[in-house]
Amino acid sequence: MTAGPNPAFAGRGVVDNVLRDAGLTPSRRARGLSKILWWGVFVVAVLYFFVPLYATFLFSLKARPNLAAYTNTLDDPQFIGSLLYSFVVGLITVVISMALLVPTAFWVRLRLPRLRRFIEFITLLPFVIPPVILVFGLLRTYSRAPIALTNSNLGSDALLVAAYVVLSFPYMYRAVDTGLRSIDVQSLAEASQSLGAGWLRTMWQVIFPNLRVSLLSGAFLTLAIVIGEFTVATFLARPAFGPYLSLIGGNKAYEPAAVALISFGLTWIAMGFLAVIGRGSRTRVQVTGAR
Amino acid sequence: MAFLELTGIQKRFGDVAAVHDFNLAAERGEFISFLGPSGCGKTTTLRMIAGFEQPTAGTITVDGADMTHRPANRRNVGMVFQSYALFPNMSVADNIGFGLKVRKRPKDQIRKRVGELLELINLPDKGNRYPYQLSGGQQQRVALARALAIEPQVLLLDEPLSALDAKIRVALRHEIRSIQRQLGITTVYVTHDQEEALSLSDRVVVMSEGRVEQIGPPSEIYNFPATSFVASFVGTLNLLSAKVVDAPTGRLDLAGQEIRASAGIAGASAGTIVSVALRPESISLGEGAPGDNRLRGPLQDVSFLGSIVRMRLSLGDAAVSFDTFNDPNLELPSVGSVVTVSFPHEASLVLDHAPAPRSAEVAALAEA
Repeated sequence: MTAGPNPAFAGRGVVDNVLRDAGLTPSRRARGLSKILWWGVFVVAVLYFFVPLYATFLFSLKARPNLAAYTNTLDDPQFIGSLLYSFVVGLITVVISMALLVPTAFWVRLRLPRLRRFIEFITLLPFVIPPVILVFGLLRTYSRAPIALTNSNLGSDALLVAAYVVLSFPYMYRAVDTGLRSIDVQSLAEASQSLGAGWLRTMWQVIFPNLRVSLLSGAFLTLAIVIGEFTVATFLARPAFGPYLSLIGGNKAYEPAAVALISFGLTWIAMGFLAVIGRGSRTRVQVTGAR
Repeated sequence: MAFLELTGIQKRFGDVAAVHDFNLAAERGEFISFLGPSGCGKTTTLRMIAGFEQPTAGTITVDGADMTHRPANRRNVGMVFQSYALFPNMSVADNIGFGLKVRKRPKDQIRKRVGELLELINLPDKGNRYPYQLSGGQQQRVALARALAIEPQVLLLDEPLSALDAKIRVALRHEIRSIQRQLGITTVYVTHDQEEALSLSDRVVVMSEGRVEQIGPPSEIYNFPATSFVASFVGTLNLLSAKVVDAPTGRLDLAGQEIRASAGIAGASAGTIVSVALRPESISLGEGAPGDNRLRGPLQDVSFLGSIVRMRLSLGDAAVSFDTFNDPNLELPSVGSVVTVSFPHEASLVLDHAPAPRSAEVAALAEA
């Protein structure tokens, strides 16, 4: 059977003719067309993503003297302070979220599979309940006796982290669950136990390292959400990056564009750093079957 | 007292009984196989020995110590899994040394032991590789070395070869047996492959629907099956319904032709329907020796199976399969021709007094 022109490319006669004139066989022509199509999609996606960034950059350059928007931003101690604050809160959120969700997802997968749907539902609640409802609930509960956390900075920070941990549930749980699906958790845990390891060692030395890539992707998402989060931080009056962005957006003309680009760049650097760490991961698992 | 003892073991999952009243006494260094179809309870029993499942009733002892409720990580039982279960984040050497590290052995001792085990499994230069860089057979050998590293009192293998291709399976099977003999370690091996169980084991435990059907050496299991299930599951078998003509002398009516059973039939009377088991290899084409049982009928089918030729003789509704060695000079009768086959009366084993299952059921059981 000869491979005819791919029906999916019908209508793009010009490209097809060019490829035919180049002396390509029908199957190679179809592959060439497919390649061109995918490159087209890629270019559109890149433009969709970068054109607004480029426009923001051009806008930020209108400040005088040259690059004033950037120098002003970097000179503002609140910029670095709020970004650092949000980054640290983000890291603490990631650690607590992992400590809560990895053992939960592991246990649900291993021993309580019937609870899986229920846990999935619970972890999806932050998508349904808006952050403003969450923060009002927290304020009503923890701004008065017996647990008046909002009376101190540390207490408010703790509330902020707690709220962010809840907001991270959908991303972190899904990332961990996907990671657990890609390895034979039960056999690995049982193998570890049969060799004398307890649960803690099994989690720390066997399960966690094999979830590294999944945990990193959960951590990326959580960090990205925390760094840009506005509602909870504002209501708890915390010096986070989200409220800072909003504040300068309302008061200055060109600096918000510079802040957006700088924070974008810093977030990318952070993610790149984490991706480099994750690249060393050896999680290629051949669960079963001969090679 | 036996080294490994399972007494009155039962396991229920809700309303479903996975294992009923399982009893086994294995001696030190013995190689025991649990053989049976999927869902017969063999893996559940193995997992109870490992400590991954708790028995609903009964006790498990190893060298006199009660293990029934001891956690898996304090049993000193090595386990090899069907899926290898090597830790993907660790090198081969780290995998093998994991159990010793858990036991806080000195580093140089761990290194030495890992080296010895890599030699034992014939992978001396693969210590720095990662599991994904090894073939399936190599991975399973590493899994075996890892289980042996901790010098377990009992070694458990849960269908360790079923994910491997046929050639490697046979080679690794011999390797496992040879290592087990070398170390003299008490071993329990779960398989649904009768050839594996028969070739490896000192004793085979045949299981069906959570019950032990028969425990015995491979030759006994094959030649003297205790139940119709064992007879049909182990090896190829003709399981035929016959009517008792004279119970004390073992005379039977098989599709209108009289044969003699291996012994008198206790508890049966004339007219009782019994199941008769006949191995294909015990039946010969021709009249045979004087005194042999004989059956006559049209030849239904002839099939070449490599070293043997299997033929089927039609007996009314039933059919009898029989084998002959393949020989290029052999003149085979044609399909449809009427032939006589013979077999010693010792070969016709009366199993029970229930009617024999239909041939389709027997074939399904034999294939399971």
